Amino acid sequence: MDRQHSRLGFVLFTIYLLLYVGFVLINAFRPTWMQVQPLSGVNLAILYGFGLILAAFFLALLYGIFAKNEPAEEDA
Amino acid sequence: MIYEPSPLAIVIFFLFVGVTLGLSFFLGRTAKSSKGYFAAHGQIPWFVNGIAFAGDYLSAASFLGICGMIAFYGYDGFLYSIGYLAGWIVALFVVAEPMKRLGKFTFADALDSKFGSRGIRLAAGISTLAVSIFYLIPQMVGAGALIQPLLGFPHEVGVLLVGITVILIVVTAGMVSTTWVQFLKGSLLVIFSAVLTVLILQRGFQTDPQNEPAYRFTTLGPFTQQALLEQLEQQPEITDQVILPAEGIWKDQPFIRTQQKASGRITVWSREPVDGDRVLLREAQMETKRPDGQVLVAGLPRGTAPGEATLYPVGRVSRLPAGVSKTGPLGPLSFFSTLENSEVILWRKKKLTHSALGITTVYFQQPTPGSHVLRPGEHPLFKGIRGNDPLAKLNFLSLMLALFCGTASLPHILIRYYTVKDVSAARKSTIVGIASIGFFYILTLYLGLGAMTSGSLDVTNNNMAAPLLAKSINQWLFAVISAIAFTTVLGTVSGLILASAGAVSHDLISSMRAKPLSDAAQVRVAKIASCFVGAIAIALGIIFQKMNVSYLVGWAFSVAASANLPALVMLLFWKRVTRQGIIAGVLVGMISSLTWILLSGDTFDKVYGLNPADAIVPFSQPGIVTIPLGFFALVIVSLITQTKTKTV
Repeated sequence: MDRQHSRLGFVLFTIYLLLYVGFVLINAFRPTWMQVQPLSGVNLAILYGFGLILAAFFLALLYGIFAKNEPAEEDA
Repeated sequence: MIYEPSPLAIVIFFLFVGVTLGLSFFLGRTAKSSKGYFAAHGQIPWFVNGIAFAGDYLSAASFLGICGMIAFYGYDGFLYSIGYLAGWIVALFVVAEPMKRLGKFTFADALDSKFGSRGIRLAAGISTLAVSIFYLIPQMVGAGALIQPLLGFPHEVGVLLVGITVILIVVTAGMVSTTWVQFLKGSLLVIFSAVLTVLILQRGFQTDPQNEPAYRFTTLGPFTQQALLEQLEQQPEITDQVILPAEGIWKDQPFIRTQQKASGRITVWSREPVDGDRVLLREAQMETKRPDGQVLVAGLPRGTAPGEATLYPVGRVSRLPAGVSKTGPLGPLSFFSTLENSEVILWRKKKLTHSALGITTVYFQQPTPGSHVLRPGEHPLFKGIRGNDPLAKLNFLSLMLALFCGTASLPHILIRYYTVKDVSAARKSTIVGIASIGFFYILTLYLGLGAMTSGSLDVTNNNMAAPLLAKSINQWLFAVISAIAFTTVLGTVSGLILASAGAVSHDLISSMRAKPLSDAAQVRVAKIASCFVGAIAIALGIIFQKMNVSYLVGWAFSVAASANLPALVMLLFWKRVTRQGIIAGVLVGMISSLTWILLSGDTFDKVYGLNPADAIVPFSQPGIVTIPLGFFALVIVSLITQTKTKTV
């Protein structure tokens, strides 16, 4: 009944999982990469960390917006 | 450091307690049924529930622990912020909706929804209790540790005050009042952290903080290594002092001591090698705990009277980019880019133990480039990621995995899903939770680094970093932040006690009886259970007073993730799961993670006082082994116990 809905959840979850795994693996195996400063003198550790938190928020928001449009959800 | 408790903080704190208790008694009339007591009738608006998630989740470990860790070591504390938040993604996409759909009052309800098995109830109830108690101990000890410097009462009073307040909140109106306490606390914490952050950015960095008492630490030299003592004697700064010989515990240490002839005050200097054979001497601080309990600072009794001494507040930027002494207001990104190119004085400590004279701790300055402060791997816990030891890296991966999987398995978080009216509200409240908690975690980096450079840190107590940061801005803010820090404990402890009481009355007792308890009896049992759990929490908070227990929160995450997550996930996504499989998954996950923790180097070191190198398991964090083990046990047992009809 809400297959499309759970599919959306699965896709968004996978996106975040990949971002998180990337962050953890860089920290564990290439910690020096975290010192490079790709943007206005701020290092990757901070940008990626903030990015992860913002990504969590935007993915959640996306999910909230699209899941709401599912009529099947209203009577769940 | 010696704290002067602020009367304003006491007033604000009791105001908060008064309001919450008043609210509890007022709401208590409406929470007579079990649905009212355990789930606030399922009528909490989703937005309120979302903020209450923040109030429930952001414990003292988040607010004080992470800020303190960042203030003393830099970026590493923020790794916890990231991991703690990431767990909410699991909560949103995997757990939230089914949890609401399947369950009624407790986490065991959801697990048990398909099978109606008393065994599952019992196993889930036990794991709920185990996780909640681990989580409770550090909260209660934290309450006691905070109340002394913040409000001026002894440790036991703090623990009792929190314990009794929380028992009253939980007994009077259960989930209804708990929700509103958490909502209040969550909003206050996020709002005032934001205010503090704005003020930190407004203040910018300066090389000499102006707030009182501005003590300037002296640096002498550079001297030549060979003629160090001769050259030191010539220094005008120490003409009234004698150099003490490096005897006893001071032999072969990187420190030199000088003593003032008149007062007897001892100054410790740490040697810092600079180019080639030259050394700088930087003023350090020293505190001695005598076997009879007396505390000496700089060789004098601790105190503020003449002839006594106290440790000075620390924490400053020693060099800013382009040689300026003050930056003025900074933006949210230029805050970091400025710090990248600055130099910060961090403080490290070294313990020297003498059997008759007690333990002397030397706190010494360590100038650190800002770029190192802002990179991962400076804290002893995370040093491993910069080295080559694969086990240390595995330990890090294991921690990050446990944080990711743990949040969505914490019983006191999961029960909040029963307080909203439907699946859609469960989802929306999780989104609000993610927004407020994520926003707060972003602020932790500013708060921690702001405290690091505030000139107001207490070298002996990194949990005080956030309140002291507020103090460096103004007294009023200090009072508010102190009161909030204390109420932080209230919100989280209420949730934990309610989760435990639910597990006892709804899961454990009903799993042992042939007939379920009546509605009114369940509420009665839950109230009695709350008092019991509350009393146990008070006792544990007093017993563990002297121990550093913050790592217990990490235990709770590991045990929750290993015991609860496999069962929850497989129940939702695998059709062939059986009753026996779920019980096996919960028990194997719980027992293996607990055993691993008890045999780990961290526990050897901190709990048993043994050499961590003798530990039986190869690294301390269990998650990376025991979470898969929980899944494995569940799958194997499920496959063995398939009934004929299901295996087709």
